[in-house]
Amino acid sequence: MNHLLDALELLGDAESWQGSGGFGARAVEHLWYTAVAVAASALIALPLGLYVGHTGKGRYPAVLGSGVVRALPTLGVITLAALFVGIGLTAPMIAFIVLAVPSIIAGAYSGVESVSQVTVDAARAQGMTPWQVLFKVEIPLGLPLILGGLRLATLQVVATGTLAAYVGAGGLGRQLFLGLRTQDYPLMLAASVLVILLAIALDAVFSLSQRAARLRTGP
Amino acid sequence: MRLIPHTLAVPAAALLALSACSSADPLTEENNDAGVSGDEPREELVIGSQQYYSNTIIAELYAQVLEDQAYSIDRQFEIGQREVYVPELEAGAIDIFPEYTGNLLQYLDSDAKASTPDEVHSALGEALREGLEVLDFAEATDQDSYVVTDEFAREHDLTSVADLAELEDLRIASNSEWEARPYGPAGLEELYGVELTLVPVEDSGGPLTLNALLSGDVEVANIYSADPAIEKNDLVALEDPESLVLPQNLVPVVSANVDEQARAAINELQQLLTQEELLKLNAYSQDEQASPSDVAAWWLEEQGLLD
Repeated sequence: MNHLLDALELLGDAESWQGSGGFGARAVEHLWYTAVAVAASALIALPLGLYVGHTGKGRYPAVLGSGVVRALPTLGVITLAALFVGIGLTAPMIAFIVLAVPSIIAGAYSGVESVSQVTVDAARAQGMTPWQVLFKVEIPLGLPLILGGLRLATLQVVATGTLAAYVGAGGLGRQLFLGLRTQDYPLMLAASVLVILLAIALDAVFSLSQRAARLRTGP
Repeated sequence: MRLIPHTLAVPAAALLALSACSSADPLTEENNDAGVSGDEPREELVIGSQQYYSNTIIAELYAQVLEDQAYSIDRQFEIGQREVYVPELEAGAIDIFPEYTGNLLQYLDSDAKASTPDEVHSALGEALREGLEVLDFAEATDQDSYVVTDEFAREHDLTSVADLAELEDLRIASNSEWEARPYGPAGLEELYGVELTLVPVEDSGGPLTLNALLSGDVEVANIYSADPAIEKNDLVALEDPESLVLPQNLVPVVSANVDEQARAAINELQQLLTQEELLKLNAYSQDEQASPSDVAAWWLEEQGLLD
């Protein structure tokens, strides 16, 4: 309990937030890594997931593939990648993308699949092209689930982002590892608390946007 | 292997240690007649080891040497960190533990001023709680060392850490804890006038650290002196004439349960553990992917220590 109080005191101290190695700069780095990783994953995963959901093709490999990838331990992926690409941000980025892609794919195809077949047929009957069906019907109606996939991916990446520091990149993992190795538990806890706060904040943003999407599409 | 970081081992180790307390109580006087021929039955000795392959090999060496003398041994290996196992030693749940002089001293007494191997060893004897003792320390060390590539050493004529003072913009790959250690930036600056920029790589001198050095991401790496990678990759461990890095000689911590005969047997073994032999043990383990018990058996046979 004392460690936790010390950690909160550390977080309340303005000095520990300043400088290039302070909590402020590390938290910004952490958020930046998360944003880049989720954006890159979305670029890969959204088209794939939408394709699977829209056409119904490749559903089995998509489910199986993302299940297999999800079972990979992220630290192992980082270590393996870093042995090939060297230390720095590249290896953790690869690992974060591997981590985030399955959730986004799953969100995208289940979002599209959740749209009632009757609605899709009606859209077709009105003469919509497949692209129009996708963009005007399936994506808007499936948006809450698609956002759900992004929400899950973001949560996973922001929580796992501490591992970037394992191979020489920054982020809040720097303080976490330093605290762990030097038995400075207040420092370690302070960094963990910040990661948790970031995760909660990002989750809240997604929760609000999901609600907005639901309101727009109706019940 | 080192690919698995110690950090992940902590919860598992804590569980292990908990189970160790319940199952191994050295105060119960059991007679272990099984397997003992000729000699009187002896009390069971509990040997522990750190979650580090090289340490477990040493623990296995102690175990096999003692078993050869008809002691019965309970192996409680792969216990994670000092925070977990030192209290177990102090409580009498573990009788023998292979340790490293400097780190253990710093754990027990962070203000200790000792610096040479002998000083550290005798300070350690005083710092340990009553009932625990250290036996003889081995020549072999397993300590942080400043390592450069052979090419870099030749190019700049480097033999000692002090020679780095002539160079500028040097980077070092090491665990981030290096920044907070006495042998880190502050000590380097004070003793040798050397400045290094940290590139934190958290695998404790493992393959990622080695790769960073070999690929030129950094000029210096912090790699343990008992790592066979130093020799395999023609690396140069820079000398440390001012004893910046606290010596980490291999030393067994023993409880009062360990009798004279067992102590003599372990001390005899300690005599043989030179740096070269420790490197041989570690290299054999890595090259053959052999289990600690196989490595220990192979080495003891080679040394002719088992009758």
